[in-house]
Amino acid sequence: MSNLLIVLIDGINYAAWLFISAVGLTLIYGVMRVLNVAHASFYAFGCYVAVTLAGFWFSHNYPPHLSFFALFGASFVAGFIVGWILERFLLRYQYAKDEVVILLITYAVFLILDDVLKLIWGVDPYYASDPYELLGNFSVGEMIYPNYYLLMVGAALILGLGLTYMLKMTRSGKLLVSVIHDREISSAMGINVGRFFSLTFSFGCALAAIAGGITTPTISVVPGLGVDVIVLSFAVVVTGGLGSLPGTALAAIIMGVVRSFCVHYVPQLELFVIFSVMALVLVFRPRGLFSLAEARKI
Amino acid sequence: MKLDKSLVVMLGLLVAIFAASPWIPQWILFIITLAGANGLVVLGLMLFMRLGLVSFGQALFFCAGAYTTGMLSLLLKVSDIILLMVASGIIAGLLAYLLGFLLAKYRAIFFGLLSLAFSMILYGVLVKSETLGSTDGFTVNGLTILGLVPDPTQMKIVLFGITIIVVMASLLFVNMVLKSPRGLLLTAIRDNEIRAEYMGASAKSTIHLIYVIAGVLSGFGGAIAAMVSGHIDPNMTFWTTSGEFVFIAILGGIGSVSAPFIGALIFGVIQTIAYGYSPNTWQMTIGICLIAVILVLPDGLWSLMAKMRKNSRV
Repeated sequence: MSNLLIVLIDGINYAAWLFISAVGLTLIYGVMRVLNVAHASFYAFGCYVAVTLAGFWFSHNYPPHLSFFALFGASFVAGFIVGWILERFLLRYQYAKDEVVILLITYAVFLILDDVLKLIWGVDPYYASDPYELLGNFSVGEMIYPNYYLLMVGAALILGLGLTYMLKMTRSGKLLVSVIHDREISSAMGINVGRFFSLTFSFGCALAAIAGGITTPTISVVPGLGVDVIVLSFAVVVTGGLGSLPGTALAAIIMGVVRSFCVHYVPQLELFVIFSVMALVLVFRPRGLFSLAEARKI
Repeated sequence: MKLDKSLVVMLGLLVAIFAASPWIPQWILFIITLAGANGLVVLGLMLFMRLGLVSFGQALFFCAGAYTTGMLSLLLKVSDIILLMVASGIIAGLLAYLLGFLLAKYRAIFFGLLSLAFSMILYGVLVKSETLGSTDGFTVNGLTILGLVPDPTQMKIVLFGITIIVVMASLLFVNMVLKSPRGLLLTAIRDNEIRAEYMGASAKSTIHLIYVIAGVLSGFGGAIAAMVSGHIDPNMTFWTTSGEFVFIAILGGIGSVSAPFIGALIFGVIQTIAYGYSPNTWQMTIGICLIAVILVLPDGLWSLMAKMRKNSRV
């Protein structure tokens, strides 16, 4: 019984991480129909910003408990700015192109940004575990867990609920929903679709960066760390149904728990199982768990 | 069978390179052979693109071919190059045949992402298999051909020759497929699948067929890559490898069966130069080239040649 609890706790923690990493991707796809491969670079960028700031923060003896806000805020802002630049000067002119072609453009951006990160921060690993250790531990039965687990889950909940609130309750959220449904009609009704696009893209990139910022204290920041994250995010987002927030959350939970079972009982299958879940879901629901039917166009 | 002028030129060029191979420096031979291997995979991708599909998991069959070669020589001590090639093609083709039942139903971005999932499943398996060297992979050596054991220098020329032969055969075969009624369907399906079906054509069986052809070609490519570089590892099926293949396909364009090989050769040259000058920014070079091609030459480098020919005629 207690074993099951351990598996579940690990699974939920991993699910929270998966959701945080993937939510920006699904948001951008949902609104713009752009599958943003550069998500990986923004994630890595967020990591580097956070790790650099953490070094600065703790060496200057600023109040340690405020470091969380500083780290996450800095990654968010940095991601937002770079995302905005990318949209404003490159992507904005490409929307008429095919979905797959835009994907390839973001893939090219990913290749470029990944090397830019190497040029700025070099190839050595960085660590910033101070915030991780700062929070202490909690225990369930005999197992001891870092409180950072709770912070991850909390962050995932805040992001998920916050985004849902923004989309369903606020004025700009409702406008955004109308843009999602029909760009042309929204535009005809006087909604500035271009501005929504550029804000959504920047915001999605900022979410990727903040995911990096939140993860930073638990990992060593090395070049190429985005590469592994992006395929996992793809798996989660596609399984959930591209563009669906509840779908992404459900897929993250399923994959988190299934992976955790695997890691505890059959550790050889760790990576295998995540993509098997994705393939299995796509076999039965070709567009993912929470997808809407699409009309055939003749 | 009618051949295009460009295809005849390409075949002539390949024969000429092969005839000159004893005088070509080793490192150039290596680049050309690898370009041939990559080109075979991209030839399959080009067929997909004619259908309006992009696969982000074609490295699956590339890797399946490479590992078939590697495992046969490691576990069963099969060392004959021709036997290994044929086996790799068959295994990759079989895998494609099985997966094709599923993938032929998918279109647009979902086709790409489901094939990505399958290639990552193979990656997940290979990374965790200790007997196959896990992430380090293993080396492939001790190759023979028809009972002969060539020394390393001769070996390179033998492999080069076999690559040229396979590439020429594939060019002719794919050209034949594209000129056949089934091949003409590809563009029709891309433009409007429902109309194509109303004419009595089956999109699903066409895509399945192309999937198997692409799988076999990729299997050959993987076998060549394994034998030429002498080393295989799970990265061969990682999504970045598939990304490189898509890059080459975009670079070459889909205008001709020769385009993938020209794209692959240019990719090899860019990679060698960029990697030699600054190993930390070669990805950036590739990325910039990709954006430049998409923005300036959306139909790939091949469209340049088509344009030049048109101008010279006027």
